[in-house]
Amino acid sequence: MATRVGIEVSIAIADAVKLANPDVIAAYPITPQTHIVEHLAELVANGELDAEYVPVESEHSAMSACLGSAAAGARTFTATASQGLALMNEVVYVAAPMRLPIVMAIANRALSAPLSIWCDHSDMMSVRDTGWIQIIAENGQQCVDNIICAFRIGEDQRVLLPVMVHLDGFNLTHVIEPIEFPEQSEVDKFLPPCKFPLPLNPDNPVAMGDFAPPVIFTEAKWAQEMNIRASKKVVLEIWDKYNKAFGRQYYAVEKHHSDGAKVVLMTMGAVGETASVAIDELVAEGQDVGQIRLRLWRPFPLEELREAVKDAEVLIVLDRAISYGGPCGPVASEVKAAFYDQAKRPKVVSFVGGLGGRDITVAGFKDMVKKGTEIARTGSKNEYEIYGVRE
Amino acid sequence: MEKYAVYVPRLIKKRENFAPGHRACIGCGEALAVRMAFKALDNNVIVANATGCIEIVASQLPFTTWHLPWIHTLFENPAAVASGIEAGYKAMKRKGMAVPENTKVVAIGGDGATSDIGLQAISGALERGHDFTYICFDNEAYMNTGIQRSSATPFGAATTTSPAGKHSFGQFTWKKNMPEIAAAHNIPYVATATHGYPFDLMAKVRKAADTPGPAYVHILSVCPTGWRSATDTVNRQSRLAVQTGVFPLYEVENGVYKMSIDLPKLRPVKDYLKIQGRFRHLSDDLIQQIQDRVELEYQKILEKANNVTKRAKSKSKTGAAKASAR
Repeated sequence: MATRVGIEVSIAIADAVKLANPDVIAAYPITPQTHIVEHLAELVANGELDAEYVPVESEHSAMSACLGSAAAGARTFTATASQGLALMNEVVYVAAPMRLPIVMAIANRALSAPLSIWCDHSDMMSVRDTGWIQIIAENGQQCVDNIICAFRIGEDQRVLLPVMVHLDGFNLTHVIEPIEFPEQSEVDKFLPPCKFPLPLNPDNPVAMGDFAPPVIFTEAKWAQEMNIRASKKVVLEIWDKYNKAFGRQYYAVEKHHSDGAKVVLMTMGAVGETASVAIDELVAEGQDVGQIRLRLWRPFPLEELREAVKDAEVLIVLDRAISYGGPCGPVASEVKAAFYDQAKRPKVVSFVGGLGGRDITVAGFKDMVKKGTEIARTGSKNEYEIYGVRE
Repeated sequence: MEKYAVYVPRLIKKRENFAPGHRACIGCGEALAVRMAFKALDNNVIVANATGCIEIVASQLPFTTWHLPWIHTLFENPAAVASGIEAGYKAMKRKGMAVPENTKVVAIGGDGATSDIGLQAISGALERGHDFTYICFDNEAYMNTGIQRSSATPFGAATTTSPAGKHSFGQFTWKKNMPEIAAAHNIPYVATATHGYPFDLMAKVRKAADTPGPAYVHILSVCPTGWRSATDTVNRQSRLAVQTGVFPLYEVENGVYKMSIDLPKLRPVKDYLKIQGRFRHLSDDLIQQIQDRVELEYQKILEKANNVTKRAKSKSKTGAAKASAR
């Protein structure tokens, strides 16, 4: 029987990693990821988790050690945030084309400068094109479930890709939530042992990471692209299987009162729950509004998104990052691209807010829906709206 | 001794872990050194390679020169990648998963990957005590990108980013002492070697790989392309580096220094410098500066090794009673 306990989300993530029985954890501390790796170190120190904890000297080496360990065939986990993710960026790019199924939790945090330890999605956006599968959790339960799913997705022989599970720093990492933990025996049934097909092994030598001259580079990159595109089907399939095993279903685009709604608000991450309260209140007032939450950032769920807002006239997209000098918020950009060549498409209104840990309240979301609807009708001189800024 | 030289090659395996057919320059001392280093080991080895000459000449999709499991990811991280491989093997073995016994992990990189961009990752891996060997194949500049200076480029050498000119005599800094930096981590084994002394090189690599815990081997590898020297003299240049004291051969085993060859008298550094185009602009005054510095550095190493000998002698006089007290 699954047990439900009140627990800090970071600790819960470490416990979920423990349930997945990894062989190697290589990590470097950075706020707000610290509690995750501290608890993993503690589990290893107490003999509750049989794994090698490699306390590396930087995030660059954390991801490098993860490459080595995953290439050796070991189940591998790490976690980081913000500057840490930026420092390891070069290495993050290597994992996907080398088909190494590393799982990494990202405690989303703003990128410096100015220095901020609080949440936004600028770090998540900075690794958008690294070829990793990117899943975004909205609450503690989703973190636990998706950490377990991430190992199964990444290690699936049809996928063999690294997976990031994003959770908002502090908004999730440092809060205590009621979380249901699956039993070890159930997880063992759901998650078979890691079987990396061609590990570094003297009995069967392989060369990994040869350089590619122009004659083969395009083919190598196209193979990588076909691979991640094909992975969406497997992600959805594994979420279905997770639901069968544990009774919680995940979708690439989660809907909330959005079917048939004329105005739809789109969010990503923990603010989605606050936004839901606002939407509930607006629906109760009789307004024709709904909400969708993006659960899968890469591969981008184009079909699911189009289907989810097929009846909407206005789609208000909240980004927690700025694409400096760009067209609008980075998520909104992609949403616009997803609809540009569609015969029937909603008017997409881009909002950027919640930067560097600034809260958006229920009233704030109501306001955003109101303003967004207005902009959709009247237009705006701005390419996008920055929410709540003092000018 | 001459008969020994005829006999000894028969003791070495025929098997090549680093096969011929790669694209290194004619007379590449590094390719020689890599071949010897991995000939010294069996086939129970996993190689983590930094970006650089050897990575480029020995790998190109879909070919490889390596008969060993080999991974290249980036420039500055082979020590960290090796950490991960070692940790992975350790955990999988402990947990009863099917992995081969007694697998050695060897990380390799050039002098740029080692003494510049990868120094932090190497320091981390040595400090954490992973059971692996790091080998630096030092050709004293960024040769792969076109002979740019590194912190391992010797004083006075002209490179493309430390050119000799009206206002410059080439590299104006002294070579970073990587073996001493490695030794400062108090790791069980540090050694220097060069391909001009092949049996010494092979014995040291073997010893390094067999040492439990981290080991570091620094191998001077002559680069005729970058050193502007004749391709048929690479081994002579390598031996002259040792005989002039420019590159002393020694081992540091658990903190104990030991000279590898007995040189009653050092040859003048000029013998080494004059056959390399990268030094041809040097004035007598600069050559003298190099001579003085080489003697000073050589003496430092010699004293460390001699002190050990002295201590060992005095210990044997006073008996072993004190030795066991820690």
